[in-house]
Amino acid sequence: MNIANLFKIAVRALTNNKLRCFLTMLGIIIGVASVITMLAIGQGSKKSIQAEISEMGSNMIMIHPGGDMRGGVRQSADDMETLKLKDYESIINETRYVAAVSASVNSSGQVIYGSNNAPTTVYGISPDYMEIRRYKVQDGEMFTEQDVTTAAKVCVIGKTIVDNLFTNGENPVGKIIRFQKLPFKVIGVLESKGYNSMGMDQDDLILAPYTTVQKRVLAITHLQEIICSAIKEEYTEQAMDEITEILRRNHKLKADEEDDFTVRSQQELSNMLTNTTDMLTVLLAAVAGISLLVGGIGIMNIMYVSVTERTREIGLRMSIGAKGIDILAQFLIESILISVTGGLIGVLFGVGASLLVNYVAHFPIYIQPWSVILSFAVCTMTGVFFGWYPAKKAADLDPIEAIRYE
Amino acid sequence: MKEIIKLENIRRNFVVGDEVVHALRGLSFTIKEGEFVTIMGSSGSGKSTLLNILGCLDTPTSGEYYLDGVSVRTMGKNARATLRNRKIGFVFQNYNLLPKTTAIENVELPLMYNPAYNTVQRRKKSIDALIAVGLGERLNHKSNQMSGGQMQRVAIARALVNDPAVILADEATGNLDTRTSFEILVLFQKLHDEGRTIIFVTHNPEIAQYSSRNITLRDGHITSDIENEKILDAAETLAKLPVNDDY
Ligand SMILES: Nc1ncnc2c1ncn2[C@@H]1O[C@H](COP(=O)(O)OP(=O)(O)OP(=O)(O)O)[C@@H](O)[C@H]1O
Ligand SMILES: [Mg+2]
Repeated sequence: MNIANLFKIAVRALTNNKLRCFLTMLGIIIGVASVITMLAIGQGSKKSIQAEISEMGSNMIMIHPGGDMRGGVRQSADDMETLKLKDYESIINETRYVAAVSASVNSSGQVIYGSNNAPTTVYGISPDYMEIRRYKVQDGEMFTEQDVTTAAKVCVIGKTIVDNLFTNGENPVGKIIRFQKLPFKVIGVLESKGYNSMGMDQDDLILAPYTTVQKRVLAITHLQEIICSAIKEEYTEQAMDEITEILRRNHKLKADEEDDFTVRSQQELSNMLTNTTDMLTVLLAAVAGISLLVGGIGIMNIMYVSVTERTREIGLRMSIGAKGIDILAQFLIESILISVTGGLIGVLFGVGASLLVNYVAHFPIYIQPWSVILSFAVCTMTGVFFGWYPAKKAADLDPIEAIRYE
Repeated sequence: MKEIIKLENIRRNFVVGDEVVHALRGLSFTIKEGEFVTIMGSSGSGKSTLLNILGCLDTPTSGEYYLDGVSVRTMGKNARATLRNRKIGFVFQNYNLLPKTTAIENVELPLMYNPAYNTVQRRKKSIDALIAVGLGERLNHKSNQMSGGQMQRVAIARALVNDPAVILADEATGNLDTRTSFEILVLFQKLHDEGRTIIFVTHNPEIAQYSSRNITLRDGHITSDIENEKILDAAETLAKLPVNDDY
């Protein structure tokens, strides 16, 4: 029997049982659609994280107090105060591979202007911060080293703060806002950066001289973070080594003592993030894959029922000359048709669902062509794999018994 | 006349548990082209077993079977399937039409498994076969929209369509009322007149009178094998039947 005839027979058999056929397909549709959607979301967030990081500067280095936390050991409070002003100054003065350096302390709280108030975070930083994090002042100007030295009560605010506090459209530059009762004069407004890939608002911040935040807001002398940039991306490693050496010397650590600070590069962070999203993608895809498997088992189940129901038909076909392979091919084509049609619909639904997720939840998505091809291929394989056994069973029937089957 | 079927000491044993059932105990006979043979015998005498062997669905435990000059005993499964497709037409008691399928599609089925036919030839032959059984007007009726007699005609058309060397019928009138049975018998006689070879298994001794030869089985043996000198005409009998009999 030729393929065209086999197809006709399979289509006929399937259309004779439309509802059942559709329900069987549903398993495959859901499986394929979820694989595609999950991969689209996973790949999308990976892509956007990568884009963001390369925009932020891949030469960024962050120094935190306390040893490497990745071992899961809890740090004591004393450990968290190991970064001092002296470290900051040493890094500025003694490094060759570090371009810009900024101290960093922050405090969260309510910011008030007139009758408006909003929760936000004040970052105490050095003017170099702008270069490292690639922030730009849109209106007004950035504070200077002079302001840092005098611990001036000036600040630069993000777009979200402007929207929250200056609701009637007045120009924020020159106005006085209050953060934890402390008045700050707004001298500049930052260019908007929007949301990052983790859904964080990058415009919801106030930048002020670190000295001001240290002394007047937090009343501390240590630093919470030092961030800097290597002179070039290629020199990140050297810059990190340099910094480690300086800090170990400053902290008077003996050779056998562990670092009481952590130096991490943006590169590492980005690797960590992409690793996490990769893992998440794999996990999501695995869950989706399981639903594809369940769909496949659905096909197998229905093919079994179909073979049993049509035992007489199989017997008849054999008695008029169908060979085992003809019967095998007939049922295999049926199950492949179910899975391929289901797969096609699943691809459409998957792409649709991805776009919907993007539209409704603002998740970044990226539909990789290979993920579509892969899930489609897997789904065809599912049809062959799960259709094989019932089809084989049909082909192996004894025609005499089959034709008498009631 | 050419010998279509030749059996030499055919035995068929079934092993059930540790018991051996001797369904056929050494049958030998030949059937020539153009014969209309009825096979009779009580239940369990081995009629169906014999027909399955004749139809190449089953192979004998021992003995030789030649169909149209070819030895079937040594053939593999696939070769027998092809042989069935080219040389044999089956008619079953319960018609065995595909459900929800039109008459013509049912009749086309054997030719689907024969690559020698293309779509056009297949259709033409099927229409011819349906016309031959008197269903030229019902080509596109579905199997579930037909009466038992019509379904059996479709089944006969399906058995004819591949120009088989022999038509095998097992209780082909078993499910039909007297009148319809005779209508089917008329059809078989017409096929016989056209020179086709027919083997017809039946319980009904009356039917033997309309065939050219009658073989009786008992316990796997042939107890009688008689040529019928005076073949009755089924059409005449049918004409004499009361028209409105309530069966
Ligand atoms: N597959 C089988 N396994 C075991 N025994 C079988 C098998 N097929 C047939 N037999 C036995 O072979 C003998 C002949 O059976 P067969 O079906 O040929 O009888 P039959 O003449 O067709 O009877 P009926 O008129 O009732 O159809 C019976 O005793 C039956 O039990
Ligand atoms: Mg029988």
